[in-house]
Formats: sequence, structure tokens, C-alpha cells
Amino acid sequence: MSNHPSRRKPPRVGDNPLFRRTLIGIVLVIGFFMVLAPLVIIAVEAFAKGWQVYRDTIIHPDTLHAVGLTVLAALIAVPLNTAFGIAAAWAITKFDFWGKRFLLVVIEIPFSVSPIVAGVAYLFVYGLQGLFGPLLDAWDIKILFAIPGIIIASMFVTASFVARELIPLMQAQGRDLEEAATSLGASGFRTFLSVTLPNVKWALLYGVILCNARVMGEFGAVSVVSGNIRGQTNTLPLHIELLYHDYQAAGAFASASILALLAVFTIIAKVLLERQGAGRVRKTANPAEKTS
Amino acid sequence: MRRRNVLPGLPLSLGVTLFYVGLIVVLPLAALVIKAASLGPADYWQIISSPRAVASYRVTVLSALGATVFNLFFGLALAWVLTRYRFPGRRIVDAMVDLPFALPTAVAGIALTALFANNGWFGSILGEFGIKVAYTQLGIMIAMCFTSIPFVVRTVQPVLEDLDPALEEAAQSLGGSDWEIFRKVILPLLTPALMAGVSLSFARSLGEFGAIIFIAGNQPMSTEITALLIFIRLEEYDYQAAAAIASVLLITAFVMLAITNWLQARALRYTVKG
Repeated sequence: MSNHPSRRKPPRVGDNPLFRRTLIGIVLVIGFFMVLAPLVIIAVEAFAKGWQVYRDTIIHPDTLHAVGLTVLAALIAVPLNTAFGIAAAWAITKFDFWGKRFLLVVIEIPFSVSPIVAGVAYLFVYGLQGLFGPLLDAWDIKILFAIPGIIIASMFVTASFVARELIPLMQAQGRDLEEAATSLGASGFRTFLSVTLPNVKWALLYGVILCNARVMGEFGAVSVVSGNIRGQTNTLPLHIELLYHDYQAAGAFASASILALLAVFTIIAKVLLERQGAGRVRKTANPAEKTS
Repeated sequence: MRRRNVLPGLPLSLGVTLFYVGLIVVLPLAALVIKAASLGPADYWQIISSPRAVASYRVTVLSALGATVFNLFFGLALAWVLTRYRFPGRRIVDAMVDLPFALPTAVAGIALTALFANNGWFGSILGEFGIKVAYTQLGIMIAMCFTSIPFVVRTVQPVLEDLDPALEEAAQSLGGSDWEIFRKVILPLLTPALMAGVSLSFARSLGEFGAIIFIAGNQPMSTEITALLIFIRLEEYDYQAAAAIASVLLITAFVMLAITNWLQARALRYTVKG
């Protein structure tokens, strides 16, 4: 080992082989126990009573209804959130206005508020004891303990998802391209579609996928505002809880396996999109700083 | 002096944004605050300082602290291993770090309970050593660790990646040992990001519900988290108590949001300039 390594990089801190192997070993073991084991046990428990029970649970009308409701909630909440995310990102990154910093903080709020608090808050808007409750009751409009409640509660918990992917990226890209397009006579909509969107499409899709995973998996907020009525207002996560507390563990895990599969697909999509550069710019540019 | 902005679409995009934020975020939170405020100071204080509520704060905060301390060390180690070393399966491990974000909390909850129950894979082994996890505060901590570990890893990782090797080389050429360099050069550079990640992880743990309620025993005074107590008050149709206790969690969330934003701004100041 006396020959001087001609062009090799010098060892960096922590490159001592013994230390390196030990640390990798510890991290992998804990990581396995913490992250991989839960995924494995879902599969094991789902099939614990055999393929037949698994199949019966999945094709049971209550399960299918829960899946349908979960998909419906996502089909409505995700596009609305996406439209909001795009609008918020456009307003915040392309213009300067009073109160912009404050608006950014408000958009971040749902990210840090407990889903239970979100659910309770909606109760005090649309519930009978809430602001609009008596009025809605008089008009016989049901929002809470019905499908609209589930959808708007999901919209609260995911409100930040698309915006927080788009804002840092669009901030970093500046306004020059859009200004050029507009000065050449393109309409605002056209400018967005042909100039802005191609630059942010991967980040947009990234935000949409994370938003979708959260809408489909949301439990806390939805469990407050849904009536938990079997076959009517049960989303898939609520259905899992119901089966679990009914001592139908195999059924609960079978239903959970659908959502676990969704999680795995979400992660695969995330990795693929990160290869396209999505999810990178976040946190390297503070949207509020550059503009003032 | 600012040049005139020629871009169109401000009224529409800002209008949509304000409408959405107002309807979806601000209105419900305002309704909650109004409801809690309608109680009057004496009643409000009596509810939020009742022994059961205080016990739930203690359980929640202590469990979240425990989980966050674990995540501080494990998250740093995980971020370090993922950025500094190359080993087979590294990309898979890197992708798996996001699993707690992607896996619905109720699914995580029943999976962790199955693992740590007395007859589960881990529970039966730990039981031999007299350690009970499921239905104890330890179980709450484990659920919190699971749901919040990505925050620490994903905040520290980019900073670790951008760390200038020249700094380490300089310290090495001055004769510093690995541990000294880590402690005196690397760790101070990581600290702002680490703190930001830790505060995100702590905030998330305080509000977590789905992953915890399955594994916690949910016994009042000992294994009942604050989020669950709110839920129980609702089921008892005690809406005022639910509003009051929920407002405590809401205020905590605002405080944590302010702390996190401050820490992140600090972290950026150290990292943006390379």
C-alpha cells in the first residue's frame, strides 16, 4: 500500500471499511425492521386464511363499494387540488403582491395540522352545530357524514401537495420565458400551456401522484366527517378499520393490501419521476426570498 | 423601481387561489377557533386543563420526543449511508425511505400492530425479554418513528450531498481524525437542516392519528393520545370539549410551523451558497 494512488480520490470521513460496514449493517437491519417488515406482514396476513378468503374479501360488495368511493374521492379531489396548485404557483411565482409571504404560509398549514383537527374543523362549518349546518339542514343538503364531506376533508389534507412541488421550481425558472411569449402575442393560457407547462410537467405529475396517494389513504380527517356507514360512506382506509375491529383480521389485511400496492406503485412512479428531475428543486430556493 | 409586469392572469390565478384557500383551509380553521372561543376563558381552561387532557398531552409529547430523538440519530445515519456509501441495493433502500409517506396510516397501523402484538413476529421475541410494545407507550413511539422518519432523512440528504469535499480535505490535511472532522466540520454544517427535519418530524408525530390508534392501548390517562381524545369527545357529542382540545393541537401546529419555517430559512442560508 506504499504506492501513492495516482488519481484516486483520498478517503473521505467515515470511509474506514470497518466503520462503513458496521454502519451500513445497522442501518439496513433497522430499516428492514421498520419499513420492510410492515409491508411483508400485510401480504402474509392477507393470505393467512388462503387465497379463497382473500378473493372473497376483495370481491365483497362492501369492499368494492369502499374502493369505488375511494376512487371517486380521488377523481374529484385530485384534479381540483391540481388546478389550485397551478393557480397558486402561477400567482405566487409570476407576480408580486402584498401578503405573498403570508399566503405561502397559509398554503403550508394543512401540511402541519393534524388530520383529526381538520375533520373537527369541518364539523364546525357544515355540521349541525356548525356555521352553515342549520342552513344546510333546512335546505336538506347533506355534506357531512356523506360523500361531499369526505371529498372536501381530503382536499384540506392535500391542499399543499401540488403547490409545494410547483412553486420552488417555477420560482427558480423565473419569468423571462413567459414574458417573451406574452410580448410575442401569446395569450396567458397559451403561454402557460406551451412555455411553462413543458418545463414543470414532471414536477406537476410528481405532486399529483403524491396528492393522489394521500387522498386515497387519508384516514384521520375522513373518519371524523364520514358517518362510517358500511357500504355507504366507508372509504377503503375506514373499511380496513371496520373489519379490523370486527376481528376480521384477514379481511382487513386483504383490503390493506390494495392500499399497500398503491403505495408501492406510488414509490415506483416517484423514483421514475425523480430521474426526470422532479422533486429536486424543492427547498433549494425559498419562494418568498427572491422577489422582495 | 420595478419594471411593469406584462404577464397576464393575476386576477384569475390569485382569485382561484384565494377562493380555494379560503374555502378549504381558512374557513374551517376559523370555524374551529370561533367554536373554541365561544366557550369563554373559564370553561375553556377547565376543559383543556382537565386531568385526562393533560395526561393525553403528556403521552403525546413524550412519545413524540422519544420518536424524534430516535429519528434524529437513525435518520442522520440513514442519510449518511445513502449519500456517502455505495452498496448493492442502495437505490432500493433510498426509495423505501418514502414508504411511510406513501403507505396510508391505517395500513401502517394494523401492520405495526400485527408485528408487535404479543404473538407477532417482533412482539413474541421482545416478550421473551419482558418488553411489551403493543398497547403501551412504546407502541405509540414506534408508530410515530415510522410515520416521521422520512422527514429527517429527506431534509438532511440534499445538504449531505452538496457538502464540499474540500472542507474535509482541509481538515484531514490539518491532521484531524474522522470523528473530530465529523464533529467539528461536518456536523455544524448539517445542524440547520437536521434541526429543520427534526422539527418537521416532531410536528408530524404530535398530530399523528391513524398509525397510532391501532397499536396504542387507548387507555385514558396512560396510552391515550390527544388526537384520539378529540375523537372520543366527538363520539360523546361533547362538541365544545372537542373544539377546545382540537384548538390546543391547532395552536401547537402553528407554533411548530413557525419554528420549522424559521429553521428552514436558517438552513437555506447555510446551504444555498455553495
